[in-house]
Amino acid sequence: MANIMLWEAIRRAHDEEMTNDPLVICMGEDIGVAGGTYKATNGLYDKYGPERVIDTPISENGFTGLAIGASFIGVRPIVEIMSVNFAWLAMDQIFNTAAKVRYMSGGQLEAPVVIRSAGGTAHQLGAQHSARMEKVFMGIAGLRVVTPSNPKQAYGLLKSAVRCNDPVFINEHEIMYNMKGEVPDEEFFHPLEGSEVTRPGRDITLFGYNISVHWCLQAADILSKKHGIEAEVVDLYALNPLDREGIRNSVSKTHRAMIVEEAEAAVGVGSEVMAIINEECFYELDAPPGRVSAKNVPIPYNHTLEKAAIPNANDVVNAVLNMFGKNG
Amino acid sequence: MDVAAKKRLLREMLFARRFEERCYEAYVERKIGGFLHLYSGEEACAHGVLEAANIGSDYVITSYRDHIHAIKSGMDPKEVMAELYAKETGCCKGLGGSMHIFGVEHRFMGGYALVGGPFPLAAGLAKGIKMKGGSEICICFLGDAANNQGTFHESLNMAKIWNLPVLYVCENNLYGIGTRIDRSTAVVDQYKRVSGYDIPSEQVDGQDVEVVYAAAQKAINHVRSGKGPYFLELMTYRYRGHSMSDSNAYRAKDEERVWSKRDPIIMLRDRLVEAGEITEDDYKKMDDEILEDIENNVIKFSEESPEPSMDLLEKYVLAENDPWVHGGPK
Ligand SMILES: Cc1ncc(C[n+]2csc(CCOP(=O)(O)OP(=O)(O)O)c2C)c(N)n1
Ligand SMILES: [Mg+2]
Repeated sequence: MANIMLWEAIRRAHDEEMTNDPLVICMGEDIGVAGGTYKATNGLYDKYGPERVIDTPISENGFTGLAIGASFIGVRPIVEIMSVNFAWLAMDQIFNTAAKVRYMSGGQLEAPVVIRSAGGTAHQLGAQHSARMEKVFMGIAGLRVVTPSNPKQAYGLLKSAVRCNDPVFINEHEIMYNMKGEVPDEEFFHPLEGSEVTRPGRDITLFGYNISVHWCLQAADILSKKHGIEAEVVDLYALNPLDREGIRNSVSKTHRAMIVEEAEAAVGVGSEVMAIINEECFYELDAPPGRVSAKNVPIPYNHTLEKAAIPNANDVVNAVLNMFGKNG
Repeated sequence: MDVAAKKRLLREMLFARRFEERCYEAYVERKIGGFLHLYSGEEACAHGVLEAANIGSDYVITSYRDHIHAIKSGMDPKEVMAELYAKETGCCKGLGGSMHIFGVEHRFMGGYALVGGPFPLAAGLAKGIKMKGGSEICICFLGDAANNQGTFHESLNMAKIWNLPVLYVCENNLYGIGTRIDRSTAVVDQYKRVSGYDIPSEQVDGQDVEVVYAAAQKAINHVRSGKGPYFLELMTYRYRGHSMSDSNAYRAKDEERVWSKRDPIIMLRDRLVEAGEITEDDYKKMDDEILEDIENNVIKFSEESPEPSMDLLEKYVLAENDPWVHGGPK
């Protein structure tokens, strides 16, 4: 078990998959000679050469489409889109081609392409570099969406995504690449569906994914130590499809739910999980489910305002205390 | 091109025309739904180019105006028509439709409805060919108006820098739906636009199948010999409206008349008659046989085929029983 950074975990997954299968390639802006914006492909250019580690022009829709076309005939591309803000430009190929081609060809073709992209609010990157776009991707039939909250997941999810025959979008986070965590030394493949109880509890379920899992864990700690509330934390590493059974199991046990998301509330993970709770276990609830979300604004540049726009662990604590009628 | 090949091409192009015109009727009878884009008038483009290709080995990809490229690629006209009829015997089991004809076993990699969408897909297929070390090429047919999409420029650039074996064929029929090319496009000669990417290109008469064939041979030789991408512009004209919902009111009757005098099928027929290779009667007989074949085989098959079963509705969304979804084979 090695304690490594998240970028190192992603790099290791690339390396192993590229060694395992000569048709695995990776491509994106500055991923080759320069080693990658987040170092996730560092050193691979020297090891595998320019045919397999491809520095692309700044043509997101073009190179994503190229990867999809190559995947039709057996190539296994891992595309890095430098930032999810730029992934908007590749939506056409991801949604119109990758997600639909198996269906509209009556099962003749599939697009086993992996698209990784860094999203989230980092440090004062401004409105056009701070998008949280998982809500947009997760509502598309035919496209899997996963989002790692730690290095182990980042490694194992990418490994499985490369081998899976569906297109997979991996939603990473700008400020999590240097986060450290344990990754098993032996090869391992993380499921692309399901959820994980990261911290068991009995009084309320906190649903998080990617960075918000960490806010949930911090909040659960505070709630336990200061308020005697034992929160269960569920990590929704798979956003499409969402884990109905896992959501039901946890809420049926705790009878309360709070969904914590870094994105704006509208049409998001929170609203979707709430809908699932309604459909699956409404009568098990002791209180209406709540959500902690970002303000409905483009992200401001000013650091104080930026921090105020997105939730943190304290916001989660306060929302839970409110739900329990313990605030003010 | 030898006489036998010319005669075969005449028959294939006439079949294509009759097939498309029969689609028109079936659409009017409401047997075919959705959008329907016909290829009448443009037959020499697909036939001339693919005649020079290795059919079944080279990859072919195109837009929504795709029936004839699919058939020339080796697909059975029955499975194409049955797809238009939305039947389970259709090539895509009734899930695709006119704009999404696929015949992957013939390396016909599909019809796509987003204008410009296939440009990068074709480059990707070429990248795949290159990685696997094959001698195939990818041929991508698209319209003139598609060249105003960013994907055109992005793909030409990538195809050039990575030296990909892809032939882009522009079927320049002068219109993108109802907008004439000079109103939408700064440089109307499409082959000129490619010089910005240092890709060789040529513009030829797309109504003369022999001219198209000769140009395609040259283009395909270039691509197959490892010299990278090539761009071929074929000047052509569609007889029908853009799709069945298009009144075609934006085109001058004079213009239509001029082009109708350059019909690809009639031109080839007259040439063969003049050379004494066929008679008018032979042609008439060929036409009758084709009409009968379409009615008795293609249409009958489509009419009599079953509707898709309901369990197809949710079948091809995600891979079935993919072990990697659950962490790999147990
Ligand atoms: C991205 C996109 N924008 C608009 C349309 C609507 N549309 C369908 S075909 C077409 C014109 C395309 O013309 P051209 O590329 O010349 O091909 P042609 O139909 O003439 O063969 C348009 C605007 C579309 N399908 N996709
Ligand atoms: Mg056109």
